Amino acid sequence: MAAFSIKVNGKSHSVDVLPDTPLLWVLRDNLQLTGTKFGCGIAQCGACTVQMDGSPLRSCSMPVSGVGDSEITTIEGMAGPETEAVQKAWVAREVPQCGYCQSGQVMSAVSLLQSVKEPTDEDIDLAMNGNICRCATYVRIRAAIHDAAKTLKG
Amino acid sequence: MTIHQTDLSRRSILKAAAGLTIAFYLPPLAKAQTAAAPAGPFAPNAFVRIGTDNTVTVLSKHIEMGQGPYTGLTTIVAEELDADWAQMRVEGAPANNKLYNNLAFGPIQGTGGSSAIANSFEQLRKAGASARAMLVQAAAEQWKVPADAITVTKGVVKHAVSNRQATFGELAQAAAKLPVPTNVTLKKPEDFTLIGKEGAITRLDIPDKTNGKARFTIDINEPGMLTVLVAHPPRFGGKVASFDDAETRKIPGVVDVKALSSGVAVYANGMWPAMKGREALRVTWDESAAEKRGTPELLAEYRAAADKTGIIAGREGDAVGALAKASANSAAKVVKAEYVFPYLAHAPMEPLNGFINWDGERAAAKYGCQFQTVDQGAIAKVLGLKPEQVTIDMLLAGGSFGRRAQATAELAIELAEAAKAIGPNKPIKLVRTRDDDIRGGYYRPMFLHRMKGAVENGKIVAWSDTVVGQSFMAGSAFAGMIKDGVDPTQVEGSNELPYTVENFQCDLHTADVGVPTLWWRSVGHTHTAYAVESFIDELLQEAGKDPVAGRLELMTKDKSKRLAGALKAVAELAKWNGPEVGNGRARGVAAVESFDTFVAQIAEVSIGKNGEPRVHKVWCAVDCGVAVNPDVIRAQMEGGIGFGVGHILYADLPLDGGRVVPKNFDSYRSLRINEMPEVEVVIVKSSEKPTGVGEPGVPPVGPAIANAMARLGVQRPRSLPMVPAGRNA
Repeated sequence: MAAFSIKVNGKSHSVDVLPDTPLLWVLRDNLQLTGTKFGCGIAQCGACTVQMDGSPLRSCSMPVSGVGDSEITTIEGMAGPETEAVQKAWVAREVPQCGYCQSGQVMSAVSLLQSVKEPTDEDIDLAMNGNICRCATYVRIRAAIHDAAKTLKG
Repeated sequence: MTIHQTDLSRRSILKAAAGLTIAFYLPPLAKAQTAAAPAGPFAPNAFVRIGTDNTVTVLSKHIEMGQGPYTGLTTIVAEELDADWAQMRVEGAPANNKLYNNLAFGPIQGTGGSSAIANSFEQLRKAGASARAMLVQAAAEQWKVPADAITVTKGVVKHAVSNRQATFGELAQAAAKLPVPTNVTLKKPEDFTLIGKEGAITRLDIPDKTNGKARFTIDINEPGMLTVLVAHPPRFGGKVASFDDAETRKIPGVVDVKALSSGVAVYANGMWPAMKGREALRVTWDESAAEKRGTPELLAEYRAAADKTGIIAGREGDAVGALAKASANSAAKVVKAEYVFPYLAHAPMEPLNGFINWDGERAAAKYGCQFQTVDQGAIAKVLGLKPEQVTIDMLLAGGSFGRRAQATAELAIELAEAAKAIGPNKPIKLVRTRDDDIRGGYYRPMFLHRMKGAVENGKIVAWSDTVVGQSFMAGSAFAGMIKDGVDPTQVEGSNELPYTVENFQCDLHTADVGVPTLWWRSVGHTHTAYAVESFIDELLQEAGKDPVAGRLELMTKDKSKRLAGALKAVAELAKWNGPEVGNGRARGVAAVESFDTFVAQIAEVSIGKNGEPRVHKVWCAVDCGVAVNPDVIRAQMEGGIGFGVGHILYADLPLDGGRVVPKNFDSYRSLRINEMPEVEVVIVKSSEKPTGVGEPGVPPVGPAIANAMARLGVQRPRSLPMVPAGRNA
């Protein structure tokens, strides 16, 4: 075991864990931030997506020892116009079904809109194809991202 | 509108005495009366709770795993109650098969078979109407006015003449003291304000599913709780011979290691130590009774079996004779096709898991439980308790697709065994990883259909279908459904066609294989629809008929009328003008009834550079009777289509020497957003009683794709998936 200090959602946390512990399990088991989900453990499904210094990251495949001074933001800590627009669009389109993958979907969608203001369908495919939804809510995810982009444009 | 996810027990419902709990007896359907009901005919039934805070909480006896029952069941109650949608709440009901039976299943509580709305519709309308009648009566007594002069609109109880009004919350305490009416009048469908109305409701579970607040079983973290992972045998039927846990116990955070009947359990403080601890285990497996055949060996055996006629599952006329006659007739054409379907994993996004706290005398479990009564009995048996000493709180489930509805209660048994092995008063959360899920069995069984058909003078004169595959009913709690050697879930959709064919036969060989199998979203229709709808299309093509008009001509049976209606509706929606659309694209059609819901779909497809089909758009018409929540129905069609496309195109689960080859989403390919077709849905207007939508969107899309491919000059794929592994994107 070893002590690590990580910055999550604007706060510093000290945790005593095995150095190879994936960030995902530190968030879930040590910090009780359970909005970030486990889906595959090998960065194939995107359910564990968080932001590291503003960029999307699969937290299941990042050991806590590699986080360093980076700022981690989880679904619980997301705020700002892109987050609000995405969540509003997700509700209006009634995107989720089982909902388990949706924290990761929202994280990826917000990350996309933070870098591309008016994404094309191709942009959406590229940004979102790392997020699996077994309920296949993809039609609504696509529509909701376009809606959110429109909202942000004003 | 929110979902309360507080842990709910019967006791806490009753403790909410400040409000009104509608608890009354509803006569069970004829089916349920066969139950030995020790509690007698006056067992209470509790679905509606009205608080003094003016909230109305519906207790959902059905699990929310994405198909929308929390919203649907709440809509039904709110409709009859004339409530305001903003005051509606929903909670999962606890395990109690005296209160919360699935009326479609008999004397057990559970969710499945797309039955939630269908079996609850009358029951919850009466529950809502009774609550309304009691609130009205309470107001009438308080205001000393006749009850029939009182109206209820959007949660406001009003006496117009005296200009008095009250909320449900203000009347709740008085209403609770009144007798429950034995007879209530239900609304006329034309007076519905919520049921079937576009935009009248918003789904109750959505907001918390966009901000990380929705709580699933994996999110449970109680004081002193241990996380448990179980090492399972690499071949089905293997047992623990011995194990060495020396390295496991060296890992900080690992607390204990115990043998269970299903494998070896590692108990740890948190997931990562449990994963590392399990990795470090050395287990010697006794594989003397394990299944060692791989997919190639099984396929050879299935093919050999199909050379002979099996148990007859459906017959009209003389198919064997007609096929022999056609073979000898140069004016007739005999068409043969063999379809092979792989094992498939359900792979819900949240792998299976469960929480249990056992104190030696009682056990309290919490998880996404789909078959409460079966699981409750299984947990009780393992722990030496009576079922009533076991509580199960039903949590949101991160998908299921059939996986959590376990005839064998394998998860509940493993959960209880893990609790028993480490001893009382040690709360545990049993978790499975994706690898455990993909390699854990309980698959959609591998199936083979061998089809023969004859066309003469533009008419289909004979049809035979020999089906080979496993039965998951055999040896389970549902073995009673097997009649004369035929498990209906093996042949549903194949042993009776919606089409009139003079000479018809469907026969079945049940394979004995040690791979555990289970129903998988749309059950038998996952393979029968593909075989039947591909083959009818091939025969119609041979007969020179249009795929839509040709099908409609053959839908002469009375029970095919609604399916024909759905087919006409989808043809209209897609502006069907034959399968050829040019531009390198073609359209295929399929129409399937499953779970009393009628769905027809048209897929527009092209063939990509490497021969991989690309599905551009799917049009879908659904007739599910009264459409309770139109947007939920559309969502289920969209999701069912995506689920169907993903598996038909990509999903394969080969076995090598009895060992499952894929183990995660890198090798068990799932549909991704760039592969999802556009979807357009039309709901056929109907006043028939409502039926389910969770499964029926799945079956037609596979054959619709295959039929489009045939019009692009590619043979309808005979072996699924259409895109073999190794061509992973």
